[in-house]
Amino acid sequence: MFAGFDFDVIVRALPYLFLDGMAFTLTLTVLATLGGIVLGTLLALMRLSRFAVLSTFAASYVNLMRSLPLVLVIFWFYFLMPYVGQWVTGAANPVRVGPFWSSLVTFTLFEASYFCEIIRSGIQSVPRGQVMASQAMGMTTAQTMGYVILPQAFRNMLPILLTQTIVLFQDTSLVYVLSITDFLGAAAKVAQRDGRLLEMYLFAALVYFAISFTASFFVRRLQRRVAIVR
Amino acid sequence: MDYTWNWSALWSLSLDGRLTYFETLLLGLAWTLATALSAFVLALLVGSLLGVMRSAPVAWMNRVGACFVELFRNVPLLVQMFLWYFVLPELLPDAAGDWLKQLPDAQFYTAVLCLGCYHGARVAEVVRSGLGSLSRGQGMAGQALGLTLPQTYRYVLLPMAYRIVVPTLTSEFLSTTKNTSVALAIGLVELTASARAMQEGTFQVFEAFAVATVLYLALNLVIVFLMRVLERKAQVPGYVSGHEKGGR
Repeated sequence: MFAGFDFDVIVRALPYLFLDGMAFTLTLTVLATLGGIVLGTLLALMRLSRFAVLSTFAASYVNLMRSLPLVLVIFWFYFLMPYVGQWVTGAANPVRVGPFWSSLVTFTLFEASYFCEIIRSGIQSVPRGQVMASQAMGMTTAQTMGYVILPQAFRNMLPILLTQTIVLFQDTSLVYVLSITDFLGAAAKVAQRDGRLLEMYLFAALVYFAISFTASFFVRRLQRRVAIVR
Repeated sequence: MDYTWNWSALWSLSLDGRLTYFETLLLGLAWTLATALSAFVLALLVGSLLGVMRSAPVAWMNRVGACFVELFRNVPLLVQMFLWYFVLPELLPDAAGDWLKQLPDAQFYTAVLCLGCYHGARVAEVVRSGLGSLSRGQGMAGQALGLTLPQTYRYVLLPMAYRIVVPTLTSEFLSTTKNTSVALAIGLVELTASARAMQEGTFQVFEAFAVATVLYLALNLVIVFLMRVLERKAQVPGYVSGHEKGGR
């Protein structure tokens, strides 16, 4: 079965796979996670807000994003971004947006809707009495959220947020549909150039598995530690 | 926005010369639905088997179930798609590999198999949590009545567990539907791929994607509506159904 297996092709491709491919994948994952959490928190606060306009807008946005396949959303933004760029900068022609920025914006906006739901349930997991107590102490809404509710919500939600980050890490492989050189894209390019599909795809699967599995292992450990404290 | 809208492009003939672009989008929707339904049936079968294995009081079954679930959860769906489509035929004996490659609609079968296993691993966790939420007394009562372990599962535990997890399975089915779009990477012409084909054929990007978006939303609404009906039918009186969010 593995008689014709060529390990050498993997070794030769290693620098390209990791320095080009994995670097892109990890950068995208980290930045999209940070952006997604910031935006997701805003969306969650909007969804829970007393103002109907804000909560309706946030709810529609989140439900829309969550009903669409990520692949379709990737295409949408890839084609839409040049026109948005033109509108924002007032340029004469559609602006050329590189693959990195296009996918970063896509993943931030898309994942924000998933982070929003996690953070919303995190905020709701903090007992109502704490909001009332903070207000009784004379704190403003912003202070209540910033000093009392959000710190506890994030602590409760940390394991789930990290699990979602692992999902995001795996989802970044979908930028393949734009022929971007992320880790999978790099593996696919070498695979097609050298005619070594078997080796490259198995190796890619192995690397993704090793990273995701290790990360989930640590998240589970963290979950136990956070659970004991509470 | 500096973009020329041309909705009539939807009614022009597509490159195959028989169908209009709108009809190709509907055909794409049909493939999406067919793939999602077949894959979900497979996922239910795989997931039930694995969920039972993971909850059964047999050590080796637990371990096999856990390995399967970890394997399919920790590799991106797209990579799994490539493994089934490009790598599996190479690993099989030559005759079987050639037969697989020449199968008509190979993309469809591959996508169903891949999504079925991927979501099967997730359904397994759902079924396991359903079984876990039952009180331990039910299993013991079954055994005390003289039922064998398989009979206890078949007649006592599983019928209850399934009814409890129906709401969670709804969101799993929705995510199966959305994930069929990943199969465009191996050449299955489902809804997203048909929109992409229209974009390449007519350069009317936004019309193509807008129609695809509306069709996805409509499909979502129909599924949610039908599943709500099923959820009401399946609800166990007195049991608070564990409506879980999540999944994609």
